[in-house]
Amino acid sequence: MEQRRKERIDRGVKVRSDSIYALMSWRELSYLTVPRLLLIIGMLILPLVVTSMYWQRVISIVCIYALLALSFDFLAHYTGLVSLGGAFFIGVGGYLTAIFNTTFGLPPLVSIPLATVFGAIICTVLLLPCLPLRGVYFAIVTLMYPLVFARIIEAMDILGGTDGIMGIDSFSNRWIEQYLVIIVVLLLLFGLRRLVNLDLGLIFRAVKDNDQAVRASGMSITNYKALAVLIASGMGCLGGACIVHIYMWTGLSLFALDFSILPIAATVIGGAGTLVGPVLGCLILVPISELLREFGTLRIVFYSIILVGFIVFRSEGIMVYGQRKYHQFERWIKV
Amino acid sequence: MNKEPILQVRDVTKAFGGILALNRVSFDLYEGDILGIIGPNGSGKTTLVNSITGFIKLTSGKVMFRGKDITGRPAHKIADMGITRTFQIMRPYYSMLAYKNLVIPLFSPRAKRTGGWRGGGKLGDRDTVSIDILEEIGFERDSYVPYKLASTLPTGYLKRLELARCLALKPEMILCDEVFSGLSMSEIASMIPLIERLQMSGITLIMIEHRLRELFKVANRVMVLNFGEKLIEGLPEEVIADARVKEAYFGSEEAKEVMDHA
Ligand SMILES: Nc1ncnc2c1ncn2[C@@H]1O[C@H](COP(=O)(O)OP(=O)(O)O)[C@@H](O)[C@H]1O
Ligand SMILES: [Mg+2]
Repeated sequence: MEQRRKERIDRGVKVRSDSIYALMSWRELSYLTVPRLLLIIGMLILPLVVTSMYWQRVISIVCIYALLALSFDFLAHYTGLVSLGGAFFIGVGGYLTAIFNTTFGLPPLVSIPLATVFGAIICTVLLLPCLPLRGVYFAIVTLMYPLVFARIIEAMDILGGTDGIMGIDSFSNRWIEQYLVIIVVLLLLFGLRRLVNLDLGLIFRAVKDNDQAVRASGMSITNYKALAVLIASGMGCLGGACIVHIYMWTGLSLFALDFSILPIAATVIGGAGTLVGPVLGCLILVPISELLREFGTLRIVFYSIILVGFIVFRSEGIMVYGQRKYHQFERWIKV
Repeated sequence: MNKEPILQVRDVTKAFGGILALNRVSFDLYEGDILGIIGPNGSGKTTLVNSITGFIKLTSGKVMFRGKDITGRPAHKIADMGITRTFQIMRPYYSMLAYKNLVIPLFSPRAKRTGGWRGGGKLGDRDTVSIDILEEIGFERDSYVPYKLASTLPTGYLKRLELARCLALKPEMILCDEVFSGLSMSEIASMIPLIERLQMSGITLIMIEHRLRELFKVANRVMVLNFGEKLIEGLPEEVIADARVKEAYFGSEEAKEVMDHA
């Protein structure tokens, strides 16, 4: 019997775009830039086209989750550290900015960067002992951190205890709020994509691929893992700081499991390892999750089902699938 | 000729649970020499490499490099001093192109300090230097091989890549853990001049091998390990002649063959 096999071939325009021709022809140039522009313009016009106050808020929340998903994807797929510490980063960043704002009276645009930097340092120092752990062990430990912090705050009744800290300044208007988070997401997305293609990014990937060989090359894997955690936790803390000023309140719910789980679901749906995928995943998942708000914490069941569904049926994710369709065509050939 | 040994290993002992993988092993190594280490499987050869290069912690004993005690230092610090090693089970970065594998050691503090590989002056473009090293080590420069994914390379190239990673650091010592095993006769023959070139350039080598004939051709001294203990150490001729070695390791047939060719 005659056998057939599917063959994938790079599109001519892709091949040409990889070379110097890309700079000389509109077709190749647009092949490279249109997908990027679509994303950038799409994100930038969102606040203009969404009129309902409620859904405007959702845009901001999408961006916060996108920061977490980016941070998760970067850590997991470029350095091999699977972190479930999203809630931990959000909590640390959120509480810090709350303290800076209420105790020291710093305005949001100062307290947010401060909370990002100090939050990243605090998270990295606290995670330092766990860096030698691998795979699922690192994941489990990072999952414990937010739980421990929430219980400490609750039991010792510090930082507002179960009531949280109120009276935090909001952004001066919704445009600043929305464009701040959107631009931050876009900058970090393209910044990270740049970073992973630098020599430094190569080292991160090497740590994931083969940490013993990195040690044999005279480099400390702990230093590079710490640097990666610093970058990733900084992004999470930034998200946490923004969300606190959006809601003008900080409390124990910043350590909620959603912040750890949803970014992972978004990454799986969007396409792990693509960095863009997780952002798209959040653009899809967070609004759906908002629609399901009336089900309360049952929403976790919904993420879980989506997660399982994607893993079982189409594990590659939207972006991986999309990129393949964009760059290659398929045909059947006889074997 | 040399006053002080470059490497002094003193009573190195390593226990895994109840098993003594190394039992009070001591030896000296002089600069520019090639020390061959032989011994049956499980005799502690890899464990010895791991102990010297800091990949495992010693149970007891001491390792000195140029008179300095390096026992217990972390592996990356020891590599940074110029003591490099290959892995018996090759450890390339499988998801990267062959030449990108070398960009990583070239990024290390040592390579930046020494100028990498040939040393002297600035490091230069890492991609170019990587390809240079690969050519030195036997990758055909203008072929597609340096641009292939490491996961698609055959064993012979992966073994060379292990050595190339050491070279990128401009090492003072290379500890080769069975770089010839899994290679064909002709592949080994093509690597021997390379080993000799490394020795000429002043690099001190430890070579763990099962291929005795080839090893005895390049080694200045040979040490035999058996059940974690040093059985004998000496010039290749002395080792072959030793009755205990014949009995414990070679088996009469092979020993005769090696003697005839040594
Ligand atoms: N990580 C380890 N844990 C427990 N036992 C080990 C470990 N590594 C090596 N061994 C044991 O130590 C002994 C020496 O092993 P090894 O150094 O790999 O021998 P060789 O390289 O000479 O074949 C063997 O008995 C082996 O089972
Ligand atoms: Mg071995």
